[in-house]
Amino acid sequence: MNKKEPLFHIVKRDVLPWYKSWGIRAAAIVAALVVCGIITTITTGLNPFKVYGSFIQGAFGSGRKVWITMQNMSILLIISLALTPAFKMRFWNIGGEGQVLVGALATAACMITLGDKIPNALLILIMTVSAILAGSIWGLIPAIFKAKWNTNETLSTLMMNYIATQLVAFFTIVWEVPKGSFTVGIINQSTNAGWLPQLFGSKYLLPIVIALLTTISMFVYLKYSKHGYEISVVGESEKTAKYVGMKTEKIIIRTMLLSGGLCGLAGLLLVGGINHTITTTINSGQGFTAVMVSWLAKFNPITMIFTSFLIIFLERGAGEISTNFGLNQSFADILTGIILFFIIGCEFFISYRIVGRKKGDK
Amino acid sequence: MFDIVAFIPRAIGQSVPLLFGCSGEILTEKSGNLNLGIPGVMYVGGISGVIGAFFYEQHCAGGNMNGFLAIMIPLLCSLLGSLLMGLIYCLLTVSLRANQNVTGLAMTTFGVGIGNFFGGSLIKLSGADVPSIALSRTSAFYSRALPFASKMGWFGKVFLSYGFLCYAAFLIAIVSAIVLFKTRKGLHLRAVGENPSTADAAGINVSRYKYFATCIGCMIAGLGGLYYVMDYASGVWSNDAFGDRGWLAIALVIFSIWNPLIGIFASILFGGLYIVYLYIPTGMDYMEFKELYKMIPYVVTLLVLVLTSMRNKKENQPPASLGLSYFREER
Amino acid sequence: MAEAAVKLVNITKSFGQVRANYNVSLEINKGEILALLGENGSGKTTLMNMLSGIYYPDEGQIFIDGKEVSISSPKIAYELGIGMVHQHFKLVDVLTATENIILGLEGKLNKKEAAAKIKEICDKYGFDINPDQKIYDMSVSQKQTVEIVKVLYRGANILILDEPTAVLTPQESEKLFNVMRNMKADGKALVIITHKMHEVESISDRVAILRKGEYVGSMMTKDTNAGEMTDMMVGRSVSLNIERPKPVDPKPRIRVEGLTVKNIEGIDKLKDVSFTARSGEILGIAGISGSGQKELLEAIAGLQPAESGSIKYINENGEEEELLGKDPRKIEELGVALSFVPEDRLGMGLVGNMDLSDNMMLRSFRKGKSPFTERKSPHSLAEKVVDDLEVVTPSIETPVRRLSGGNVQKILVGREIAHAPTVLLTAYAVRGLDINSSYTIYDLINQQKQKGVAVIFVGEDLDVLLEISDKILVLCGGRVSGIVNAEETDKNTVGLMMTKVMTDNENKEENPKTGDSDE
Repeated sequence: MNKKEPLFHIVKRDVLPWYKSWGIRAAAIVAALVVCGIITTITTGLNPFKVYGSFIQGAFGSGRKVWITMQNMSILLIISLALTPAFKMRFWNIGGEGQVLVGALATAACMITLGDKIPNALLILIMTVSAILAGSIWGLIPAIFKAKWNTNETLSTLMMNYIATQLVAFFTIVWEVPKGSFTVGIINQSTNAGWLPQLFGSKYLLPIVIALLTTISMFVYLKYSKHGYEISVVGESEKTAKYVGMKTEKIIIRTMLLSGGLCGLAGLLLVGGINHTITTTINSGQGFTAVMVSWLAKFNPITMIFTSFLIIFLERGAGEISTNFGLNQSFADILTGIILFFIIGCEFFISYRIVGRKKGDK
Repeated sequence: MFDIVAFIPRAIGQSVPLLFGCSGEILTEKSGNLNLGIPGVMYVGGISGVIGAFFYEQHCAGGNMNGFLAIMIPLLCSLLGSLLMGLIYCLLTVSLRANQNVTGLAMTTFGVGIGNFFGGSLIKLSGADVPSIALSRTSAFYSRALPFASKMGWFGKVFLSYGFLCYAAFLIAIVSAIVLFKTRKGLHLRAVGENPSTADAAGINVSRYKYFATCIGCMIAGLGGLYYVMDYASGVWSNDAFGDRGWLAIALVIFSIWNPLIGIFASILFGGLYIVYLYIPTGMDYMEFKELYKMIPYVVTLLVLVLTSMRNKKENQPPASLGLSYFREER
Repeated sequence: MAEAAVKLVNITKSFGQVRANYNVSLEINKGEILALLGENGSGKTTLMNMLSGIYYPDEGQIFIDGKEVSISSPKIAYELGIGMVHQHFKLVDVLTATENIILGLEGKLNKKEAAAKIKEICDKYGFDINPDQKIYDMSVSQKQTVEIVKVLYRGANILILDEPTAVLTPQESEKLFNVMRNMKADGKALVIITHKMHEVESISDRVAILRKGEYVGSMMTKDTNAGEMTDMMVGRSVSLNIERPKPVDPKPRIRVEGLTVKNIEGIDKLKDVSFTARSGEILGIAGISGSGQKELLEAIAGLQPAESGSIKYINENGEEEELLGKDPRKIEELGVALSFVPEDRLGMGLVGNMDLSDNMMLRSFRKGKSPFTERKSPHSLAEKVVDDLEVVTPSIETPVRRLSGGNVQKILVGREIAHAPTVLLTAYAVRGLDINSSYTIYDLINQQKQKGVAVIFVGEDLDVLLEISDKILVLCGGRVSGIVNAEETDKNTVGLMMTKVMTDNENKEENPKTGDSDE
């Protein structure tokens, strides 16, 4: 009598060949898109095929839309790349949001206080340096806590985000134009001082080029450099790192300086290159989204091009749908959430498999 | 002059959503699940209640509302919404063993999206003929103070002037503490969070405890969202108004070293810190400094976080398996 | 004969492609102590885990008292009266002994009542524990006692002990065996998993042997001997003798003086330790686990800060360098070729998720001024180690955590001896290894010794320590209780020294002349 015998149990898989694991992920994305389509149809009454049509319309509907999609993707990609070395080190830097914000703040500060007082080239140089520096400092603080006292970095970086937000809110009022508006307005609108230059006459190209360069450099840095090797060892086993004489504190701090600095660079692009103003929501939560972009790509910089594209595609597509139907922009977040759930869930089927129990008595 | 009698009720009003979130997250974290989706859950808890109340108010647009239903419908909707969020989290992290940080962040994106989407589109979607979501009639039931509050002077103001959800928050925190530290279920739950393989070997169903603790935790946290919109905000939903209270609730868990009783005091302290900027005179010319004062709760949390990690006392540490998924046949 | 307490029929269990148990049939009788023998990786623990509900068999049947049962969870195992004391204790650190013992039981929580019942059990079998003590405050043997009481508290009739003596002194082991005999007299069925042949001979009534996951056979202990059992485990005759080549021209290489180390709580882990390790000699370190072995090796390797004392490295020309206060990198830069095979291989010596070649690079990646890593030489080193030490691995690109324990250790030792060390520190070098792999490791260590390396060998099996070492330093509670010549001492003496510091020996351990003149 076999009673209470489990119907199935879960077994850890050996490594799946890459085409199978990416097949599973692709299937999850397709399934998620189907669910998203159904939900959109229910809320809008739109024919499902038109839903997908609207998605593509939103992301690629016109030359300008393609450029904006690519530009948004570049910023998200840079932030994701910035967080990646920290994640590889198992340092959960949830503070991308704050690091980008202080970078943006530093940029705006330079533009406002130094604009027209020094040559433009020098101004841009100072902006770049101070944005990167500001981001680095924001990354450095939790890194020091972590290195010295093993303070939980997920929560300390999170708190740093809100401190950064309040700092920006403070300066927004200091710099507000006109008084009482609580906004800064377009900075140096007449002189364009401190506006980042256009590449080949296109205002969209600069972030794209920087994102591509960052992707390649980050890939090489993580895979082939000594620093990258140290990051992997510290992430896998801090004890082993100490055992071979790596200074883990130094590596944590160095990596977070890099991580924060790159976020600061994204802040520079947001203020100096794209928006020419600063608000507390200028980064619109991309510091958090980037965590997922980086994780979905399994911390591989090249794969991140695709994952950041996926997220931006969804945002733009859902944005299009909400505009067309007078719905709230947050619709995109719901769809993004659903897609993420599917992709997160499908990892299980890559690492494990479910086995039905064979009858023993036969 | 600083009016303490006026200050305390406001601080407590601020503290209630934090306390709900904190108690819920303590239960969740004690099971070893670090649920960073709590901010999303609280949005969902709030908006689900709003949706329930919205339709009920529409339903009896002309006539009178039944007080019992006016409370129960939003309450049940809220619990159900948060429960579904908890189930999503558990399905992904417990059953499918996904990374808890990523799942939590995705839940926050999703939950905040749900809140703001329905908050912004509910009227259009339902085709109702109202300019904005203002559930003042439902809110009246939620924020009704104890009957004799107004007759008791300062005592009534400080202790009796709150809606029932406020008392529920304190009660839930106390009950959570008793369950965690005085009952067998609580002992088992703590064992699951500390060392799931040991708990498993002792015959405790690890997955079931994680599911229950996380889902109940989410339902409690969701009440924080409901309280905020129905009582604190007088039934007016405005997008993003709930703000970052969810994250602050997660920070509170650390502040209260995983003990809901400390959570009560900590949440009142945080509630006070959250609004203290309103009481610091700055004058009209220095409005910007108010923004700096709003920074205080975060700076304080950061300091506490650092201080507790410096002290490094065994009992004050996070549950040992926090953030890790458990697989029995791991070799 | 009465009905067997447990009957396993054709049990099979696989993990991925690894077949841990295949078609195992086995009986366990009441009032009997069964020793389950087998090399590491032969599937003993897996088999017992299926009895205790941790794993579920892929195929086969289990009968308890003649009735077929399905043990799908540990809870069901307890209900059937099966209790297992795991090799790695299953205790929650921040809870008390009582809380741990009643963990998982039903009903209202009443700690007082539970504590009373625990005391009753302790009195009956002769245990000594404080029910209110937190686990993190306990010694290893106290923790083990809690584990056994936990099993008895649930009224287990079938007890499984997985390598219970690995962490105990000979005296503590003897005490445990007495308790086991009491339980046997009580009619309980006991299974003990162990590697130590003399324990099998002294405690068990019957032995059952597994080899590569398959059941080989069982016999009454009194009808067999260590040689026969080993042959059955390995499948062919092996010699149990470990070589001990004569030391060549020993010269002081590492001189430790007055070394005192405190842990974070300020408790002494090492107290005033002094000794000298010589080139071409193996210095064995004996002691109950947790007596300061780890701290001693880590202090020499530059991983453990010390309160006071000194650790001097003496090179070929007699020049001395202080090692204390320097990290591994500084020590390396001094030109001291120090190799360290730590106890926790995948946690400390290697990176489990990296492949063989990247693990080889751990020691060499800093070489050269380029900011990029050079990967050719680690790759060829990996190939060389795989060839020389007969490492079984699918490829050089396989993450090391996928390899078996013996192969992991070969990779680690292979890397550590590759850079021609002058000092070799090893901690529990053969723990978890099967007999063949163990001998490969002994050979490698002996080769290093003959090359003139000063070897410090921390071991747990006294038989091995006595055979391989030239001298043995015995630690007890962080103090040196004596240094003896391995050839002139015996197990009992060393075992006694492990439990107490000989007063007349104190502060005189470091006396090279006594050692040398005795030869």
